[in-house]
Formats: sequence, structure tokens, C-alpha cells
Amino acid sequence: MTQIAVTVNGTRREADVEPRTLLVYFLREQLGLTGTNVGCDTSSCGACTVHLDGESVKSCTLLAVQADGREVMTIEALAEADGTLHPLQDAFHRHHGLQCGYCTPGMLMAAASYLKENPTPTEAEVRESLEGNLCRCTGYQNIVESILDAAGQMSGAKS
Amino acid sequence: MATEAHEDQAEIRGIGHSVKRKEDARFIRGKGNYIDDIHLPGMLYMAILRSPFAHAKLNGIDASRAQAVPGVVAVVTGELMAQHNLAWMPTMSGDTQAVLVTDKVRFQGQEVAAVIAEDPYVAKDAVELIDVDYDALDVVVSPQQALASDAPVIRDEKDGQTDNHIYHWESGDADATDRAFADADRVVSLDTFYPRSHPAPLETCGCIADVDGATGQATIYMTSQAPHAIRTVFALVAGLPEENIRIVSPDLGGGFGNKVPVYPGYVVATAASLLLGRPVKWIEDRSENLISTGFARDFHMHGELALKNDGTMLGLRTSLLADEGAFHADAQPSKFKVGLFHVVTGSYDMSAAHVVADGYYTNKAPGGVAYRCSFRVTEASYLIERLVQNAAYELGMDPADLRKKNFIRKDQFPYETPTGFVYDSGDYHGAMDLALEKIGYAELREEQERKRAEGKLWGIGLASFTEAVGAGPHKDYDILGLKMNDGAELRIHPTGKGILKISSKTQGQGHETTFAQIVAEEIGIQPEDIKVQHGDTDNTPYGLGTYASRSTPTVGAATAMVSRRVIEKARKIAAHLLEVAEEDVEFTRPTFSVRGAPDKAVTIQDVAFAAYTNFPDGMESGLEAAYYYDPPNLTFPFGTYAVAVEVDRETGVWQVTRMVAVDDCGVRINPMIVEGQIHGGLTEGYGIAAMEQITFDETGNCIGSNFIDYLLPTAVETPRFELGETVTPSPHHPIGAKGVGESATVGSPAAYVNAVIDALWPLGVRNIDMPLTSAKVWEAIEAAKAPA
Repeated sequence: MTQIAVTVNGTRREADVEPRTLLVYFLREQLGLTGTNVGCDTSSCGACTVHLDGESVKSCTLLAVQADGREVMTIEALAEADGTLHPLQDAFHRHHGLQCGYCTPGMLMAAASYLKENPTPTEAEVRESLEGNLCRCTGYQNIVESILDAAGQMSGAKS
Repeated sequence: MATEAHEDQAEIRGIGHSVKRKEDARFIRGKGNYIDDIHLPGMLYMAILRSPFAHAKLNGIDASRAQAVPGVVAVVTGELMAQHNLAWMPTMSGDTQAVLVTDKVRFQGQEVAAVIAEDPYVAKDAVELIDVDYDALDVVVSPQQALASDAPVIRDEKDGQTDNHIYHWESGDADATDRAFADADRVVSLDTFYPRSHPAPLETCGCIADVDGATGQATIYMTSQAPHAIRTVFALVAGLPEENIRIVSPDLGGGFGNKVPVYPGYVVATAASLLLGRPVKWIEDRSENLISTGFARDFHMHGELALKNDGTMLGLRTSLLADEGAFHADAQPSKFKVGLFHVVTGSYDMSAAHVVADGYYTNKAPGGVAYRCSFRVTEASYLIERLVQNAAYELGMDPADLRKKNFIRKDQFPYETPTGFVYDSGDYHGAMDLALEKIGYAELREEQERKRAEGKLWGIGLASFTEAVGAGPHKDYDILGLKMNDGAELRIHPTGKGILKISSKTQGQGHETTFAQIVAEEIGIQPEDIKVQHGDTDNTPYGLGTYASRSTPTVGAATAMVSRRVIEKARKIAAHLLEVAEEDVEFTRPTFSVRGAPDKAVTIQDVAFAAYTNFPDGMESGLEAAYYYDPPNLTFPFGTYAVAVEVDRETGVWQVTRMVAVDDCGVRINPMIVEGQIHGGLTEGYGIAAMEQITFDETGNCIGSNFIDYLLPTAVETPRFELGETVTPSPHHPIGAKGVGESATVGSPAAYVNAVIDALWPLGVRNIDMPLTSAKVWEAIEAAKAPA
């Protein structure tokens, strides 16, 4: 067992983990943060996307020990503490950007990270940015519209 | 109690409203409750050892090294299961399937043994330490190999099974079809293979079995699209009293047919929980999902279309070989061995058709399911739509014109097809005209001429599908004898809110929203005030579940009918409140008023309160009802899809430049959700046409066991869709709806492929079997270039 200390959703969490424990299982099984899903085991689908030090990563491809001393944010912390939805969450709801919901946490986290890099993307850029996140239900069209809408809301709010 | 009727009452958001989904609130916050999110106290974890061989005799299993791993609680083998008479189980099609192998393995990935441990990682470690002694046997990987006289017999454990043949099935009239062909000027034929694909929902399958040794109560959380049918099958398999079995299907991360069958893992986990007295969780990994659970298609098709020189279609002949894998677990209605393939005459009026099908065992995974389609209507639609395009070119006609010439006309409905379906309603010309207009068909054809002159490969493909969904009427449709009828229960609470309990199970289709809208439409209580309960067999009425686009045709109908039953009683209470005779009460939701005195009125909410507080003498209190719906017929959604593609001559890469989809699914309950379903279907149809295939090498190794080999469309290559609609209500469905979940997967593969074939037609290319990978397209171009 290895001791790690990870700041998860703003709270410092200390834990003993097996060195081989994947970050996603640390989050799900040890911390009970089951919003992050596992879809493929081969880092193809992106259902497990979380933020590590502010950047999106696939938590099935990282070991928990690699997060030692770093900050992780999961879908559970995307909305404000008072429950106010992130503009992306609100846009996914309004544009029917989700169906079964299984890819949704990963999609939202990937998109939130991407919009920080590129706050005013084109449709093609949004599609490109989602290449690592698979959805079997929506055909992506409404996801793309949700992200473009949220980008507009967020950049509009800033300006 | 009577109140003034309000003229400014909020509009009831019933049918036709794009109500935002109730389901979203939990999913966008990461608060979904999928199978792997459920954690029970004292829970153990199961991992399955699978066969590396496709066909091999099992000599013995030595689990001693695995047993010795700290944290391992038990190793379950076929021998142990056999002691409890659970080594084999029935399949959805009445065959048997090994739960854990006892004699020989019959496909790569078959379940050989299971480890139950305190920790999931330990269970997987221990699986690696089980030693199995196999003798490899000769392997059969296609129905063509399976039917050879010297082929090894895969199911030699079955009494009287001396070869690999499972069934022979026919539909239509052979003699009439022969006569139609004798009258033909021209016969156009096509041999094509609809490859094995996999529904691959983003969440894999899994379960948690929790058997209480003291009470005998078995609660099984399971990724199931059909929890009630599964409960009955479990009662039959395990001999457990059915009242002691509770199947809870939690939030499902997609299904697409993959979560219909019973899988060995469910049975082993339940047996292990029974033996160990603790809950046992089993979650497939992605590779297990792709190599061992319900695949789709794997269908070799030969079709012949008989025509007059003027394009009049006379008849259709097809012969089919189905690769069913090692156990016949194809979830089809009992009577129909290749499902509803006999809808193959599609949207066309012709006098005769004949379908001949044979199914074979092979050393491949079992569990044939209809990946987002109603019982092989996808294969049927693909074959006829490919044939029609090829026929048009051979006759020198435009494919749109040939279709329009032969479409069943609007005034011919109800229309009986030569294989015995009675299509309920349709306007095929209307849907096609709209699709052609939206894509600018005439201009596109002109542009194609110009591009061709420049040496470019440009193609336009059409598909005008007709589906047969909503199984179905009890006289024809059952699975394992269970009639395909479905139920709904509606209870209105004193405060005017309610709960609807349904037998279907949403996997993303939005039942919690849509079905509440049906209630709203019927009784006038807003959809947000109606909770929809599904997936828990202890708390929902019986029914066969959600697949084959059947939820709206069956459960949607049951929901409308149960709402009307509630209104029947509500009317009596309203009469009591209004102090008039029941015949004098008019209902215009949400208000009951006195005929001729509309100001004297009560709302449904007033009535609901009175049902518990102020009901007439002699009446039962409460306001609730149940309804089981037996559809009088299937429903027949249809549409026309139009695709434009550009093919790169040098690389074979093809890109969709336009994709127009006009769907007619009858009345649309929630247009936003309907369009979402169509987007999803068009994408899975694109995946099937372009990239999705589970292949096997000659020794039965499964290639396509992960998302690196089994390719799924991403946002980058998925086309942008342009949707259109026509609305032709189903005349026999209570709200005129037909079902839409699968239309686009059924209709679109032929449209994409027709577009690519159209691009390559001048080169002499007549067929490329799906998936149309760039490599295959490039090979076809190169082969066409080569001198004959």
C-alpha cells in the first residue's frame, strides 16, 4: 500500500492505495464518487474524464498514485456549491445533449476543460475536441450544440 | 367544491411538446444510479475465466492456486453448477446455453469458471491462476463451413443433433413468386453479407445478486431491458418461487438490444450469492462485453427482384443464411425464426415474395439480438433498398423515380403484403418528396454530373424504409410463450399528483418524460406532476420490456388506455361533486364541467382530492387503474433518407457531405426526444455502414474485442444531420404513435452504402459488403480499374 494525498473537489483526501489502483477506481470505490463512469478500459471512450490540475484526463489510464499531491475535480463539483448548474450542464439539458447519461459526466468534464483553452470554438473545433469521448445515443449533434451554446453564454458573461 | 373554470389555465404540456427531460437532473450532476454505482454491505465481487479456444474439449480444471489467493472466497466451475442443475440454461429462443462449461467450449470467450472474492482486483488476479486442460478441436466460423457434411458438430450434446443446422424457415408463396418471375423482363440480383456487429452500449452488462438465505428472497440488480421476462426465466431456470425474485434494472447506460438476453454471468452470480449468503457483484469489462454478449446480424443474404422493363416490380425472392453462434440465443418472437425479415418487400407494391432462411451453429458467441432494430427488419430494409437502387441503374432509371413508381400508394392502406403483414398507414410519396426537396435532389444530380466530368467520385444514395415494430398482437407474438403484451398502472394521489408504473425500461429514451406527457395529454395533470416508475419488477406491471421500438406502440398505448380508465372513474366522482348525472359531465382536460353550464366545473385535481375525501356512497375510494395492452396490429413507421458522399479515388476515404432524414413515426409525443432518437440511430447506422464489425480469424479468434479494434463513430466523422418529418398517424394506436427508436438504424445503412455505390457505379462497382472501410472502398476502386 502507498499513502497518497489528493485534493478532490477542493477537499484534501488522504488514503492508502495499492500502487496499481487506477485513479477512477480510487475515486469511485474509495471516495464513493460514482459520477465518473468506466466505459472501455482502453482510454478510448472518455466516460471517465476528470480534471487533474485543471486539465481533462482519462482517469482509467492514470494510477491513483500519479494524482498524489495534485488536484482532481470530478463531475460532482462541476455545479456551484449552492447547486447552480454550470452553463454546460444547463445547455446539455436544454439542447437534449444526453440520453442514457453514461457518457455525460465525461463529456461535460472534457468540454469544460476545452472551453477554458478555447472559449469561442467553431463547430468543427468542438467536434475535434470530442474525438476522445464516445457517445452511443445522441449522434453528438445536440452535444455539439450544447457546447457551442454554453461557450456563447460563458464568453458573453465574461465580456 | 365546484370552482370556476379558468380560461387562462396553463397549457397542458402533453403530446407534441418538447418537454425537457426529467431524467437529466440526475445525469448532468453525475448522480445517475448505474449498476456499478450500487454497493451493498458485505458485497463480494465476481470475475469470469473465459476460454481462449473457440472449440476445445475440456479435460479438467485445477483451481487450487486460485483458491489459495488471500481474499478469494470461492471458485465456481461447471461441475459445481451441474450439482445444482444449473450448468445449462434456456435461451430466449428455446435452445439451451452452457452457463459454465462442463464438456467442451464452443466459442472463444465462453464462460469456463468464476472467482468470487472480497475485492474485484483479487478476483481478476485469481482468474489468471486457474489451470484448465483443453484439447483443441476443429473450428467452424461461418454458416458455409457449418453446413459442410464433414463439419465438426458443435452441439453434439443435444439428442438427435447430428449436424450444425438449427432451423429452416419460409415465408410467402413460392409458386406465386415463381409465376411473377416467369413474367419478368428482368431479374436483378444481389449477394451481400450483413456483418456481425455489436450494440456496444457505453455501459457494459452486469448484476448484483443478493439472495437472503433466511427468507429466500432474491433481489437481483441487473442491466436488463426486459426485467419481467428475466424474472420469469430465472424462476424457470433456478426453480426459485417467482414471488421471491425481484429484478431491479437501475439506470442503464444504453442498451440497443445488448441488455435483452440472460447471460451466464447473471446466473453464476445468483448461484454464488445463494451458496455464500452474501451479495455478489459482476461487472463485465469491455472486452467481455464485445466477445461474449449479444451480437447482431451476421446474415448472408441473396436477393432477386423481378421487374418489367418499365420498372414495375413483380416479385422478390430471398435466401438467407444466419450465423447464430454456438447457442441459439437469438431473441426473436417464437414463430418467426429470422424475426420480421419477411417485411422485406419494404415500401413497394408487388404481388409475390418468398423468403427462405436457414440458421446454423458456429464456434462464435451466441446471443443474436437486434441491435437497435425490430427483429431483423434492418437486414430486410438493407437488402430491398440495395436491390432497388441496383435495379434502377440496370433499367436506366433514376432510383427516386423507380421507388415512386412502385411505392404503395396512400390510398392502398391498410395494405396486405405478400408475406402477410398488414401495413397500418403510410404516405411514402410524401416522405420521399420532402426528402428530395430538402436535399435539393435535382440540383445535386446536376452537380454530380459536373463533378464526374472533373473526374471526381460523387454519390447520392436513397433509402425508403418501412419498419414493422411494436410486437405485438398475442396471436402471433410471444417470447418463450410469454405474449408480447405490456402493462401500465396509474394512481392519482389526493393532491392531484400521480405515479405511473410501466413495464418498459428506459435506457436513454426518456420514458420518465414521454410517458408522463401521455398521461398529461389524457387527464390534464402536467407531466412534471406525474412520476414514472420503471425497471423494478416488484413495483411495476408485467410486460416484455423495451426493445424492437415497442415501448411507445405497447406501453405508450397502455398508458393512454389506463389514463382513460382513470378518467372513467373521475367522471363519476365529478358528477357527484357537481351534483348532476354522469352523462351530463363533459371532460375537457383538466376540467369536468356540466353540459350546457360550462361555468359549473371541477378540475382533475379537485376530483383526485375528492376520491379520497368526498366520494359517493357505494364507490371505492381512490383514483387508480391498471391496463394491459394487446396491440391489434404492429405499427409501420417509414421514411426516406438521402445521403450525398464524396469518395477519394486515391485512398477510398468517403465523407458524408449531406444527410437528410425524413421520418414518419406517426404522432410525435415529444418532438425533441424523437429527433434525439433519430440522431442516435443515424449515427449507429453510419457506424454499421462505415466501421463497426466483429470479425473472427480462421481459428475463431475474435477480432474486435475492444474499442481500438471495434470502431465506433466519433464526433469528428459523424455527419451533421438534417431532419424532416411527415405525420401519418397509426389508425389503431390510441394516440396514433408508431415508435421511432430504431427507424434510423434500420433505414440509414442502405442510404450510406447506396451513396458510395452510386459514386463508384460508373467504375463498374456493384457491391461492397459493409462496413465500407476506406481500405475496402479503395480495393473495389482498384479492382474496377484492373482489366477484366
